[in-house]
Amino acid sequence: MRVVLFLSAALSVLVTAGIVYVLLSESLKFFAQVSIISFLTDTQWTPVFQDKHFGIMTLVSGTLVSSLIALLVAIPAGTVLAIYLSEFARPQVRETIKPFLELIAGVPTVAFGYFALLFLTPIFQIFIPGLAGFNLLVPGIVMGIMILPYIVSVSEDAMRAVPAELREGAYALGFTRLQTATRVVIPGAFSGVTAAYILGMSRAVGETMVVAIAAGQQAKLALNPLEGAATITSYIVQISLGDVPHGSIAYLTIFAAGMTLFLMTFAFNILAFWLRQKYREFY
Amino acid sequence: MKPLAAQPSRRLSDAEIVARAHRSDRNFAILGLSVLVISMIVLLSLIVDFMVDGLGRIDLDFLTSFPSRRASEAGILSAWVGTTLVMLVTTALAVPLGVAAGLYLEEYAPRNWITHLIEINVTNLAGVPSIIYGLLALGLFVQSFAMGQTILVAGITLALLILPIIIVATREAVRSIPLEIREGAYALGADKWQTVSGYILPTARPGILTGAIVGMSRAIGETAPIITIGALTFIAFLPPSPVQDTFPFINFNWLNSPFTVMPIQMFNWVSRPQAAFHVNAAATGLILLLMTLLMNAIAIWLRYKIRRSMR
Repeated sequence: MRVVLFLSAALSVLVTAGIVYVLLSESLKFFAQVSIISFLTDTQWTPVFQDKHFGIMTLVSGTLVSSLIALLVAIPAGTVLAIYLSEFARPQVRETIKPFLELIAGVPTVAFGYFALLFLTPIFQIFIPGLAGFNLLVPGIVMGIMILPYIVSVSEDAMRAVPAELREGAYALGFTRLQTATRVVIPGAFSGVTAAYILGMSRAVGETMVVAIAAGQQAKLALNPLEGAATITSYIVQISLGDVPHGSIAYLTIFAAGMTLFLMTFAFNILAFWLRQKYREFY
Repeated sequence: MKPLAAQPSRRLSDAEIVARAHRSDRNFAILGLSVLVISMIVLLSLIVDFMVDGLGRIDLDFLTSFPSRRASEAGILSAWVGTTLVMLVTTALAVPLGVAAGLYLEEYAPRNWITHLIEINVTNLAGVPSIIYGLLALGLFVQSFAMGQTILVAGITLALLILPIIIVATREAVRSIPLEIREGAYALGADKWQTVSGYILPTARPGILTGAIVGMSRAIGETAPIITIGALTFIAFLPPSPVQDTFPFINFNWLNSPFTVMPIQMFNWVSRPQAAFHVNAAATGLILLLMTLLMNAIAIWLRYKIRRSMR
Protein backbone atom coordinates (compact mmCIF):
# COMPACT_ATOMS: atom_id res chain seq x y z
CA MET A 1 0.00 0.00 0.00
CA ARG A 2 2.81 2.31 0.95
CA VAL A 3 4.34 1.88 -2.50
CA VAL A 4 1.05 2.72 -4.25
CA LEU A 5 0.70 5.87 -2.16
CA PHE A 6 4.31 6.85 -2.84
CA LEU A 7 3.84 6.40 -6.59
CA SER A 8 0.80 8.70 -6.51
CA ALA A 9 2.84 11.36 -4.72
CA ALA A 10 5.78 10.89 -7.09
CA LEU A 11 3.44 11.37 -10.07
CA SER A 12 3.42 15.10 -9.36
CA VAL A 13 7.17 15.17 -9.93
CA LEU A 14 6.62 13.37 -13.25
CA VAL A 15 4.14 16.07 -14.26
CA THR A 16 6.74 18.76 -13.69
CA ALA A 17 9.31 16.70 -15.55
CA GLY A 18 6.83 16.27 -18.41
CA ILE A 19 6.18 20.02 -18.59
CA VAL A 20 9.88 20.83 -18.63
CA TYR A 21 10.59 18.10 -21.19
CA VAL A 22 7.85 19.19 -23.61
CA LEU A 23 8.64 22.90 -23.35
CA LEU A 24 12.38 22.35 -23.61
CA SER A 25 12.39 19.88 -26.50
CA GLU A 26 10.00 21.93 -28.67
CA SER A 27 11.74 25.19 -27.76
CA LEU A 28 15.10 23.71 -28.77
CA LYS A 29 13.65 22.90 -32.20
CA PHE A 30 12.47 26.51 -32.36
CA PHE A 31 15.85 27.93 -31.39
CA ALA A 32 17.51 25.78 -34.03
CA GLN A 33 15.73 28.00 -36.55
CA VAL A 34 15.61 31.35 -34.76
CA SER A 35 18.54 32.80 -32.89
CA ILE A 36 17.94 33.44 -29.22
CA ILE A 37 19.33 36.96 -29.59
CA SER A 38 16.75 38.01 -32.16
CA PHE A 39 14.11 36.26 -30.01
CA LEU A 40 15.01 38.52 -27.11
CA THR A 41 15.75 41.75 -28.96
CA ASP A 42 13.48 41.92 -32.02
CA THR A 43 10.58 44.33 -31.53
CA GLN A 44 8.13 42.62 -33.87
CA TRP A 45 6.24 39.34 -33.55
CA THR A 46 4.92 38.12 -36.89
CA PRO A 47 5.39 34.31 -37.05
CA VAL A 48 2.51 33.71 -39.47
CA PHE A 49 3.33 36.55 -41.88
CA GLN A 50 5.51 36.36 -44.99
CA ASP A 51 8.12 38.57 -43.31
CA LYS A 52 8.68 36.63 -40.10
CA HIS A 53 9.87 38.25 -36.89
CA PHE A 54 10.13 36.56 -33.52
CA GLY A 55 10.57 39.27 -30.90
CA ILE A 56 9.10 37.80 -27.71
CA MET A 57 9.39 41.17 -25.97
CA THR A 58 6.33 42.23 -27.96
CA LEU A 59 4.20 39.60 -26.21
CA VAL A 60 5.99 40.07 -22.89
CA SER A 61 5.13 43.78 -22.98
CA GLY A 62 1.41 43.01 -23.37
CA THR A 63 1.61 40.51 -20.53
CA LEU A 64 3.48 42.88 -18.23
CA VAL A 65 1.27 45.92 -18.92
CA SER A 66 -1.97 44.03 -18.25
CA SER A 67 -0.49 42.32 -15.17
CA LEU A 68 0.82 45.57 -13.73
CA ILE A 69 -2.64 47.13 -14.13
CA ALA A 70 -4.04 44.10 -12.29
CA LEU A 71 -1.54 44.65 -9.48
CA LEU A 72 -2.37 48.37 -9.31
CA VAL A 73 -5.94 47.31 -8.55
CA ALA A 74 -5.29 44.25 -6.42
CA ILE A 75 -2.40 45.40 -4.20
CA PRO A 76 -4.04 48.49 -2.61
CA ALA A 77 -7.48 46.87 -2.41
CA GLY A 78 -6.08 43.54 -1.23
CA THR A 79 -3.84 45.06 1.43
CA VAL A 80 -6.65 47.23 2.82
CA LEU A 81 -9.01 44.24 2.87
CA ALA A 82 -6.43 41.96 4.49
CA ILE A 83 -5.69 44.52 7.23
CA TYR A 84 -9.41 45.05 7.72
CA LEU A 85 -10.14 41.34 8.02
CA SER A 86 -7.13 40.53 10.18
CA GLU A 87 -7.08 43.56 12.52
CA PHE A 88 -10.47 45.27 12.44
CA ALA A 89 -13.27 42.81 11.73
CA ARG A 90 -14.74 40.75 14.53
CA PRO A 91 -14.31 36.97 14.08
CA GLN A 92 -17.97 36.43 13.12
CA VAL A 93 -17.78 39.19 10.52
CA ARG A 94 -14.55 37.74 9.14
CA GLU A 95 -15.96 34.25 8.88
CA THR A 96 -19.06 35.56 7.07
CA ILE A 97 -17.10 37.71 4.62
CA LYS A 98 -14.36 35.33 3.56
CA PRO A 99 -16.69 32.87 1.79
CA PHE A 100 -17.96 35.67 -0.43
CA LEU A 101 -14.41 36.51 -1.45
CA GLU A 102 -13.90 32.83 -2.24
CA LEU A 103 -16.92 32.99 -4.53
CA ILE A 104 -15.12 35.63 -6.63
CA ALA A 105 -12.20 33.22 -6.96
CA GLY A 106 -14.62 30.50 -8.11
CA VAL A 107 -16.01 32.39 -11.10
CA PRO A 108 -14.78 30.78 -14.38
CA THR A 109 -12.22 33.00 -16.09
CA VAL A 110 -14.11 32.82 -19.39
CA ALA A 111 -17.05 34.50 -17.61
CA PHE A 112 -14.74 37.28 -16.42
CA GLY A 113 -13.63 37.68 -20.04
CA TYR A 114 -17.21 38.16 -21.23
CA PHE A 115 -17.77 40.62 -18.37
CA ALA A 116 -14.68 42.63 -19.35
CA LEU A 117 -15.47 42.78 -23.06
CA LEU A 118 -19.23 43.27 -23.14
CA PHE A 119 -20.05 44.93 -19.80
CA LEU A 120 -17.10 46.89 -18.41
CA THR A 121 -15.44 48.07 -21.64
CA PRO A 122 -18.58 49.88 -22.94
CA ILE A 123 -19.00 51.54 -19.51
CA PHE A 124 -15.34 52.61 -19.40
CA GLN A 125 -15.60 53.98 -22.96
CA ILE A 126 -18.12 56.55 -21.72
CA PHE A 127 -15.53 57.99 -19.34
CA ILE A 128 -12.35 57.37 -21.36
CA PRO A 129 -13.03 58.51 -24.95
CA GLY A 130 -9.81 57.08 -26.43
CA LEU A 131 -10.46 53.57 -25.15
CA ALA A 132 -10.49 50.96 -27.90
CA GLY A 133 -13.01 48.10 -27.97
CA PHE A 134 -10.14 45.70 -27.33
CA ASN A 135 -7.73 47.16 -24.78
CA LEU A 136 -5.34 46.18 -22.01
CA LEU A 137 -6.82 48.47 -19.35
CA VAL A 138 -10.14 46.72 -18.69
CA PRO A 139 -8.80 43.14 -18.80
CA GLY A 140 -6.06 44.34 -16.45
CA ILE A 141 -8.62 45.71 -13.99
CA VAL A 142 -10.72 42.55 -14.24
CA MET A 143 -7.65 40.38 -13.60
CA GLY A 144 -7.00 42.60 -10.57
CA ILE A 145 -10.46 41.70 -9.25
CA MET A 146 -9.78 38.03 -10.00
CA ILE A 147 -6.52 37.88 -8.05
CA LEU A 148 -7.88 40.01 -5.20
CA PRO A 149 -9.24 37.10 -3.10
CA TYR A 150 -5.93 35.31 -3.50
CA ILE A 151 -3.85 38.30 -2.39
CA VAL A 152 -6.21 38.88 0.55
CA SER A 153 -6.07 35.28 1.74
CA VAL A 154 -2.27 34.91 1.49
CA SER A 155 -1.49 38.27 3.11
CA GLU A 156 -4.13 37.86 5.81
CA ASP A 157 -2.58 34.48 6.55
CA ALA A 158 0.80 36.18 7.02
CA MET A 159 -0.69 38.93 9.20
CA ARG A 160 -2.44 36.48 11.49
CA ALA A 161 0.80 34.54 11.92
CA VAL A 162 2.21 37.58 13.76
CA PRO A 163 2.09 36.60 17.45
CA ALA A 164 -0.73 38.10 19.52
CA GLU A 165 1.78 39.30 22.14
CA LEU A 166 3.21 41.83 19.71
CA ARG A 167 -0.25 43.28 19.08
CA GLU A 168 -1.09 43.30 22.76
CA GLY A 169 2.17 45.12 23.49
CA ALA A 170 1.25 47.76 20.93
CA TYR A 171 -2.26 48.14 22.33
CA ALA A 172 -0.80 48.44 25.84
CA LEU A 173 1.30 51.35 24.60
CA GLY A 174 -1.89 53.06 23.42
CA PHE A 175 -1.65 52.27 19.69
CA THR A 176 -4.87 52.34 17.70
CA ARG A 177 -5.76 49.36 15.51
CA LEU A 178 -4.46 51.13 12.41
CA GLN A 179 -1.20 52.08 14.11
CA THR A 180 -0.80 48.50 15.30
CA ALA A 181 -1.43 47.28 11.76
CA THR A 182 0.99 49.63 10.01
CA ARG A 183 3.78 49.66 12.62
CA VAL A 184 3.69 46.18 14.13
CA VAL A 185 1.70 43.71 12.05
CA ILE A 186 2.78 44.71 8.52
CA PRO A 187 6.50 44.96 9.38
CA GLY A 188 6.16 41.58 11.11
CA ALA A 189 4.34 40.03 8.17
CA PHE A 190 6.36 41.85 5.54
CA SER A 191 7.85 38.87 3.74
CA GLY A 192 4.50 37.06 3.70
CA VAL A 193 2.66 40.08 2.33
CA THR A 194 5.34 40.54 -0.34
CA ALA A 195 4.95 36.87 -1.22
CA ALA A 196 1.21 37.48 -1.69
CA TYR A 197 1.92 40.29 -4.16
CA ILE A 198 4.40 38.16 -6.10
CA LEU A 199 1.99 35.21 -6.25
CA GLY A 200 -0.69 37.62 -7.47
CA MET A 201 1.68 38.81 -10.20
CA SER A 202 2.39 35.21 -11.16
CA ARG A 203 -1.34 34.50 -11.49
CA ALA A 204 -1.95 37.62 -13.57
CA VAL A 205 0.93 36.78 -15.91
CA GLY A 206 -0.45 33.29 -16.51
CA GLU A 207 -4.10 34.32 -16.82
CA THR A 208 -5.38 33.50 -20.26
CA MET A 209 -9.07 33.81 -21.03
CA VAL A 210 -9.67 37.40 -19.92
CA VAL A 211 -6.94 38.77 -22.19
CA ALA A 212 -7.76 36.31 -24.98
CA ILE A 213 -11.34 37.61 -25.07
CA ALA A 214 -11.00 41.29 -24.23
CA ALA A 215 -7.46 42.44 -25.08
CA GLY A 216 -7.38 41.79 -28.83
CA GLN A 217 -4.95 39.65 -30.79
CA GLN A 218 -2.63 42.18 -32.34
CA ALA A 219 1.00 41.51 -31.41
CA LYS A 220 2.74 44.84 -30.90
CA LEU A 221 4.78 46.60 -28.25
CA ALA A 222 2.14 47.47 -25.69
CA LEU A 223 2.96 51.00 -24.66
CA ASN A 224 -0.59 52.32 -24.48
CA PRO A 225 -2.99 50.42 -22.19
CA LEU A 226 -5.96 52.07 -23.93
CA GLU A 227 -5.22 49.99 -27.02
CA GLY A 228 -5.34 46.24 -27.39
CA ALA A 229 -2.29 44.00 -27.61
CA ALA A 230 -1.58 40.30 -27.58
CA THR A 231 -0.06 38.71 -24.48
CA ILE A 232 1.95 35.49 -24.27
CA THR A 233 -1.15 33.56 -23.22
CA SER A 234 -3.57 35.10 -25.73
CA TYR A 235 -1.07 34.40 -28.51
CA ILE A 236 -0.96 30.71 -27.56
CA VAL A 237 -4.77 30.64 -27.67
CA GLN A 238 -4.85 32.40 -31.03
CA ILE A 239 -2.47 29.90 -32.63
CA SER A 240 -4.22 26.92 -31.02
CA LEU A 241 -7.54 28.00 -32.53
CA GLY A 242 -6.10 28.10 -36.03
CA ASP A 243 -5.16 25.02 -37.98
CA VAL A 244 -1.40 25.06 -37.54
CA PRO A 245 0.45 22.01 -38.87
CA HIS A 246 2.44 20.04 -36.32
CA GLY A 247 6.16 20.84 -36.47
CA SER A 248 5.77 24.10 -38.42
CA ILE A 249 7.52 27.18 -37.11
CA ALA A 250 4.20 28.70 -35.96
CA TYR A 251 3.53 25.50 -33.98
CA LEU A 252 6.96 25.73 -32.37
CA THR A 253 6.46 29.38 -31.39
CA ILE A 254 3.72 28.54 -28.90
CA PHE A 255 6.16 26.31 -27.03
CA ALA A 256 8.87 28.99 -27.07
CA ALA A 257 6.27 31.47 -25.79
CA GLY A 258 5.08 28.90 -23.25
CA MET A 259 8.66 28.36 -22.07
CA THR A 260 9.03 32.11 -21.53
CA LEU A 261 5.78 32.16 -19.55
CA PHE A 262 6.77 29.12 -17.52
CA LEU A 263 10.14 30.63 -16.60
CA MET A 264 8.50 33.91 -15.56
CA THR A 265 5.90 32.29 -13.32
CA PHE A 266 8.45 29.78 -12.01
CA ALA A 267 10.75 32.61 -10.91
CA PHE A 268 7.84 34.40 -9.19
CA ASN A 269 6.66 31.20 -7.48
CA ILE A 270 10.09 30.25 -6.18
CA LEU A 271 10.67 33.77 -4.86
CA ALA A 272 7.30 33.75 -3.10
CA PHE A 273 7.87 30.24 -1.73
CA TRP A 274 11.18 31.34 -0.26
CA LEU A 275 9.66 34.48 1.26
CA ARG A 276 6.83 32.50 2.84
CA GLN A 277 9.23 29.92 4.28
CA LYS A 278 11.15 32.79 5.80
CA TYR A 279 8.28 34.25 7.77
CA ARG A 280 7.13 30.81 8.87
CA GLU A 281 10.52 30.05 10.33
CA PHE A 282 10.74 33.44 11.96
CA TYR A 283 7.90 32.89 14.45
CA MET B 1 10.50 53.90 15.93
CA LYS B 2 9.07 57.13 14.60
CA PRO B 3 7.03 59.39 16.90
CA LEU B 4 3.33 58.67 16.71
CA ALA B 5 2.27 61.69 14.67
CA ALA B 6 4.01 63.12 11.63
CA GLN B 7 5.72 66.40 12.48
CA PRO B 8 3.34 69.24 11.71
CA SER B 9 4.51 72.86 11.67
CA ARG B 10 2.37 73.60 14.73
CA ARG B 11 2.83 71.60 17.93
CA LEU B 12 -0.20 69.46 18.66
CA SER B 13 -1.44 68.80 22.13
CA ASP B 14 -1.51 65.19 23.28
CA ALA B 15 -5.29 65.15 23.12
CA GLU B 16 -5.20 66.30 19.50
CA ILE B 17 -2.71 63.60 18.59
CA VAL B 18 -4.88 60.92 20.15
CA ALA B 19 -8.02 62.29 18.51
CA ARG B 20 -6.30 62.33 15.13
CA ALA B 21 -5.11 58.76 15.55
CA HIS B 22 -8.59 57.63 16.44
CA ARG B 23 -10.03 59.50 13.48
CA SER B 24 -7.69 57.77 11.01
CA ASP B 25 -8.43 54.47 12.72
CA ARG B 26 -12.15 54.95 12.14
CA ASN B 27 -11.58 56.20 8.61
CA PHE B 28 -9.59 53.08 7.81
CA ALA B 29 -12.38 50.86 9.09
CA ILE B 30 -14.74 52.69 6.74
CA LEU B 31 -12.22 52.34 3.87
CA GLY B 32 -11.92 48.62 4.51
CA LEU B 33 -15.66 48.19 4.54
CA SER B 34 -16.03 50.19 1.31
CA VAL B 35 -13.45 48.07 -0.53
CA LEU B 36 -15.37 45.04 0.63
CA VAL B 37 -18.68 46.46 -0.54
CA ILE B 38 -17.20 47.44 -3.92
CA SER B 39 -15.86 43.93 -4.52
CA MET B 40 -19.26 42.49 -3.62
CA ILE B 41 -20.91 44.92 -6.04
CA VAL B 42 -18.57 43.76 -8.82
CA LEU B 43 -19.45 40.11 -8.18
CA LEU B 44 -23.13 40.97 -8.04
CA SER B 45 -23.06 43.05 -11.22
CA LEU B 46 -21.31 40.18 -13.00
CA ILE B 47 -24.07 37.78 -11.99
CA VAL B 48 -26.80 40.31 -12.84
CA ASP B 49 -25.15 41.06 -16.20
CA PHE B 50 -25.25 37.38 -17.11
CA MET B 51 -28.86 37.09 -15.98
CA VAL B 52 -29.99 40.14 -17.96
CA ASP B 53 -28.14 39.01 -21.10
CA GLY B 54 -28.65 35.30 -20.93
CA LEU B 55 -31.57 34.21 -18.77
CA GLY B 56 -34.18 34.77 -21.48
CA ARG B 57 -32.27 32.52 -23.87
CA ILE B 58 -32.26 29.45 -21.63
CA ASP B 59 -35.04 27.00 -22.46
CA LEU B 60 -35.38 23.32 -23.21
CA ASP B 61 -34.46 23.85 -26.89
CA PHE B 62 -31.22 25.55 -25.89
CA LEU B 63 -30.25 22.55 -23.78
CA THR B 64 -31.23 19.97 -26.40
CA SER B 65 -29.89 21.54 -29.62
CA PHE B 66 -26.51 21.29 -31.25
CA PRO B 67 -24.48 24.41 -32.09
CA SER B 68 -25.63 26.00 -35.33
CA ARG B 69 -24.62 28.70 -37.79
CA ARG B 70 -27.89 30.43 -36.94
CA ALA B 71 -27.61 31.90 -33.45
CA SER B 72 -31.27 31.51 -32.63
CA GLU B 73 -31.24 27.77 -33.37
CA ALA B 74 -27.98 26.99 -31.61
CA GLY B 75 -27.82 25.10 -28.34
CA ILE B 76 -25.38 23.55 -25.92
CA LEU B 77 -26.31 19.86 -26.05
CA SER B 78 -22.89 18.66 -27.18
CA ALA B 79 -21.23 21.12 -24.77
CA TRP B 80 -22.92 20.00 -21.58
CA VAL B 81 -22.65 16.32 -22.50
CA GLY B 82 -18.94 16.91 -23.19
CA THR B 83 -18.46 18.74 -19.90
CA THR B 84 -20.15 15.91 -18.01
CA LEU B 85 -18.02 13.20 -19.63
CA VAL B 86 -14.74 15.12 -19.27
CA MET B 87 -15.50 15.79 -15.61
CA LEU B 88 -16.20 12.09 -15.11
CA VAL B 89 -12.69 11.24 -16.33
CA THR B 90 -11.11 14.12 -14.38
CA THR B 91 -12.78 13.18 -11.10
CA ALA B 92 -12.09 9.47 -11.49
CA LEU B 93 -8.38 10.22 -11.93
CA ALA B 94 -7.72 13.26 -9.75
CA VAL B 95 -9.55 12.25 -6.57
CA PRO B 96 -7.94 8.82 -5.96
CA LEU B 97 -4.49 10.03 -7.03
CA GLY B 98 -4.71 13.26 -5.03
CA VAL B 99 -5.98 11.56 -1.90
CA ALA B 100 -3.31 8.85 -2.15
CA ALA B 101 -0.56 11.43 -2.59
CA GLY B 102 -1.90 13.54 0.29
CA LEU B 103 -2.08 10.49 2.59
CA TYR B 104 1.44 9.49 1.68
CA LEU B 105 2.91 12.93 2.37
CA GLU B 106 1.06 13.31 5.66
CA GLU B 107 1.13 9.78 7.12
CA TYR B 108 3.94 7.80 5.51
CA ALA B 109 6.60 10.08 4.10
CA PRO B 110 9.95 10.00 5.91
CA ARG B 111 11.62 13.38 6.45
CA ASN B 112 14.15 13.22 3.66
CA TRP B 113 15.07 15.05 0.49
CA ILE B 114 12.66 13.06 -1.70
CA THR B 115 9.71 14.11 0.44
CA HIS B 116 10.95 17.68 0.45
CA LEU B 117 11.29 17.60 -3.33
CA ILE B 118 7.72 16.30 -3.72
CA GLU B 119 6.36 18.97 -1.36
CA ILE B 120 8.10 21.84 -3.14
CA ASN B 121 7.00 20.35 -6.43
CA VAL B 122 3.31 20.25 -5.43
CA THR B 123 3.48 23.87 -4.27
CA ASN B 124 5.08 24.85 -7.55
CA LEU B 125 2.60 22.90 -9.68
CA ALA B 126 -0.26 24.75 -8.01
CA GLY B 127 1.22 27.95 -9.41
CA VAL B 128 1.82 26.78 -12.98
CA PRO B 129 -0.56 28.64 -15.35
CA SER B 130 -3.31 26.38 -16.70
CA ILE B 131 -2.34 27.05 -20.31
CA ILE B 132 1.05 25.39 -19.64
CA TYR B 133 -0.85 22.19 -18.77
CA GLY B 134 -2.46 22.58 -22.18
CA LEU B 135 0.96 22.73 -23.85
CA LEU B 136 2.04 19.65 -21.89
CA ALA B 137 -1.03 17.78 -23.13
CA LEU B 138 -0.53 18.99 -26.71
CA GLY B 139 3.16 18.03 -26.83
CA LEU B 140 2.92 14.78 -24.88
CA PHE B 141 -0.55 13.23 -25.22
CA VAL B 142 -1.75 14.62 -28.55
CA GLN B 143 1.56 14.55 -30.46
CA SER B 144 4.03 12.12 -28.83
CA PHE B 145 1.46 9.51 -27.72
CA ALA B 146 -0.85 10.27 -30.70
CA MET B 147 -3.93 10.02 -28.50
CA GLY B 148 -5.80 12.70 -30.47
CA GLN B 149 -8.00 15.49 -29.21
CA THR B 150 -10.32 13.33 -27.18
CA ILE B 151 -12.38 13.33 -24.02
CA LEU B 152 -9.74 11.13 -22.40
CA VAL B 153 -6.93 13.60 -23.10
CA ALA B 154 -8.99 16.55 -21.84
CA GLY B 155 -9.95 14.60 -18.72
CA ILE B 156 -6.33 13.67 -17.96
CA THR B 157 -5.15 17.24 -18.54
CA LEU B 158 -7.71 18.74 -16.17
CA ALA B 159 -7.01 15.99 -13.62
CA LEU B 160 -3.31 16.93 -13.57
CA LEU B 161 -4.35 20.56 -13.23
CA ILE B 162 -6.49 20.04 -10.12
CA LEU B 163 -4.25 17.40 -8.54
CA PRO B 164 -2.41 19.95 -6.32
CA ILE B 165 -5.74 21.31 -5.02
CA ILE B 166 -6.85 17.85 -3.91
CA ILE B 167 -3.44 16.94 -2.46
CA VAL B 168 -3.36 20.12 -0.37
CA ALA B 169 -6.97 19.65 0.83
CA THR B 170 -6.28 16.04 1.80
CA ARG B 171 -3.17 17.00 3.72
CA GLU B 172 -4.97 19.73 5.62
CA ALA B 173 -7.88 17.43 6.48
CA VAL B 174 -5.52 14.66 7.65
CA ARG B 175 -3.33 17.05 9.61
CA SER B 176 -6.27 18.38 11.61
CA ILE B 177 -7.13 14.91 12.96
CA PRO B 178 -6.05 14.67 16.61
CA LEU B 179 -3.18 12.32 17.42
CA GLU B 180 -5.39 10.47 19.95
CA ILE B 181 -7.39 8.88 17.14
CA ARG B 182 -4.25 7.32 15.70
CA GLU B 183 -3.00 6.26 19.12
CA GLY B 184 -6.36 4.75 19.95
CA ALA B 185 -6.23 2.69 16.76
CA TYR B 186 -2.68 1.54 17.44
CA ALA B 187 -3.62 0.64 21.02
CA LEU B 188 -6.32 -1.63 19.63
CA GLY B 189 -3.66 -3.38 17.58
CA ALA B 190 -4.37 -1.84 14.18
CA ASP B 191 -1.44 -1.57 11.80
CA LYS B 192 -0.59 1.55 9.80
CA TRP B 193 -2.85 0.86 6.83
CA GLN B 194 -5.75 -0.29 9.03
CA THR B 195 -5.44 2.96 10.97
CA VAL B 196 -5.32 5.03 7.80
CA SER B 197 -8.18 3.28 6.02
CA GLY B 198 -10.35 2.65 9.08
CA TYR B 199 -9.91 5.88 11.04
CA ILE B 200 -7.96 8.61 9.24
CA LEU B 201 -9.77 8.45 5.89
CA PRO B 202 -13.34 8.42 7.27
CA THR B 203 -12.55 11.31 9.63
CA ALA B 204 -10.90 13.30 6.85
CA ARG B 205 -13.66 12.59 4.34
CA PRO B 206 -15.56 15.93 4.62
CA GLY B 207 -12.33 17.90 4.21
CA ILE B 208 -11.31 15.80 1.20
CA LEU B 209 -14.78 16.22 -0.29
CA THR B 210 -14.45 19.98 0.07
CA GLY B 211 -11.16 19.92 -1.82
CA ALA B 212 -12.61 17.66 -4.50
CA ILE B 213 -15.58 19.98 -5.07
CA VAL B 214 -13.36 23.08 -5.26
CA GLY B 215 -11.08 21.24 -7.71
CA MET B 216 -14.00 20.12 -9.87
CA SER B 217 -15.52 23.59 -10.00
CA ARG B 218 -12.14 24.86 -11.15
CA ALA B 219 -11.95 22.16 -13.85
CA ILE B 220 -15.50 22.79 -15.11
CA GLY B 221 -14.67 26.43 -15.85
CA GLU B 222 -11.21 25.85 -17.33
CA THR B 223 -10.94 26.88 -20.96
CA ALA B 224 -7.33 27.59 -21.83
CA PRO B 225 -5.80 24.09 -21.56
CA ILE B 226 -8.61 22.58 -23.63
CA ILE B 227 -8.23 25.17 -26.38
CA THR B 228 -4.51 24.43 -26.44
CA ILE B 229 -4.92 20.72 -27.08
CA GLY B 230 -6.87 21.81 -30.16
CA ALA B 231 -10.39 20.77 -29.20
CA LEU B 232 -12.77 21.60 -32.03
CA THR B 233 -15.38 24.19 -31.33
CA PHE B 234 -18.03 23.08 -33.79
CA ILE B 235 -19.25 19.68 -32.64
CA ALA B 236 -22.73 18.81 -33.86
CA PHE B 237 -22.84 15.23 -32.65
CA LEU B 238 -22.66 13.36 -29.36
CA PRO B 239 -19.94 10.93 -28.27
CA PRO B 240 -21.00 7.26 -28.43
CA SER B 241 -23.23 6.32 -25.54
CA PRO B 242 -21.46 4.66 -22.62
CA VAL B 243 -24.44 2.33 -22.17
CA GLN B 244 -25.41 -0.36 -24.71
CA ASP B 245 -28.09 -3.05 -24.83
CA THR B 246 -25.72 -5.96 -25.41
CA PHE B 247 -23.28 -7.53 -22.96
CA PRO B 248 -21.31 -6.06 -21.07
CA PHE B 249 -23.78 -3.17 -21.30
CA ILE B 250 -21.19 -0.43 -20.86
CA ASN B 251 -18.39 0.62 -23.18
CA PHE B 252 -15.59 3.14 -23.16
CA ASN B 253 -15.63 4.18 -26.82
CA TRP B 254 -16.71 7.67 -25.73
CA LEU B 255 -13.28 8.22 -24.21
CA ASN B 256 -11.77 8.47 -27.69
CA SER B 257 -14.45 10.72 -29.12
CA PRO B 258 -13.90 14.35 -30.16
CA PHE B 259 -15.86 16.73 -27.96
CA THR B 260 -16.60 20.26 -26.91
CA VAL B 261 -17.23 21.63 -23.43
CA MET B 262 -19.29 24.53 -22.13
CA PRO B 263 -16.49 27.08 -21.57
CA ILE B 264 -15.15 26.38 -25.08
CA GLN B 265 -18.60 26.81 -26.59
CA MET B 266 -18.99 30.06 -24.68
CA PHE B 267 -15.59 31.35 -25.78
CA ASN B 268 -16.44 30.47 -29.36
CA TRP B 269 -19.67 32.46 -29.22
CA VAL B 270 -18.25 35.48 -27.38
CA SER B 271 -15.45 35.74 -29.98
CA ARG B 272 -17.97 36.26 -32.79
CA PRO B 273 -18.91 39.80 -33.81
CA GLN B 274 -22.70 39.19 -34.02
CA ALA B 275 -24.64 40.23 -30.92
CA ALA B 276 -27.04 37.27 -31.30
CA PHE B 277 -24.17 34.88 -30.53
CA HIS B 278 -23.23 36.98 -27.50
CA VAL B 279 -26.68 36.18 -26.09
CA ASN B 280 -25.90 32.47 -26.49
CA ALA B 281 -22.55 33.06 -24.79
CA ALA B 282 -24.28 34.79 -21.89
CA ALA B 283 -26.79 31.96 -21.52
CA THR B 284 -23.97 29.37 -21.49
CA GLY B 285 -21.99 31.55 -19.10
CA LEU B 286 -24.95 31.88 -16.77
CA ILE B 287 -25.36 28.11 -16.52
CA LEU B 288 -21.62 27.71 -15.99
CA LEU B 289 -21.60 30.48 -13.40
CA LEU B 290 -24.51 29.01 -11.45
CA MET B 291 -22.87 25.57 -11.48
CA THR B 292 -19.51 26.83 -10.18
CA LEU B 293 -21.11 29.17 -7.62
CA LEU B 294 -23.28 26.33 -6.36
CA MET B 295 -20.29 23.98 -6.07
CA ASN B 296 -18.28 26.60 -4.23
CA ALA B 297 -21.21 27.33 -1.91
CA ILE B 298 -21.45 23.62 -1.07
CA ALA B 299 -17.71 23.52 -0.39
CA ILE B 300 -17.93 26.59 1.87
CA TRP B 301 -20.88 25.12 3.74
CA LEU B 302 -19.04 21.81 4.22
CA ARG B 303 -16.00 23.61 5.57
CA TYR B 304 -18.20 25.57 7.96
CA LYS B 305 -19.78 22.35 9.22
CA ILE B 306 -16.38 20.71 9.71
CA ARG B 307 -15.14 23.66 11.71
CA ARG B 308 -18.19 23.53 13.94
CA SER B 309 -17.91 19.81 14.59
CA MET B 310 -14.21 20.20 15.44
CA ARG B 311 -15.03 22.68 18.20
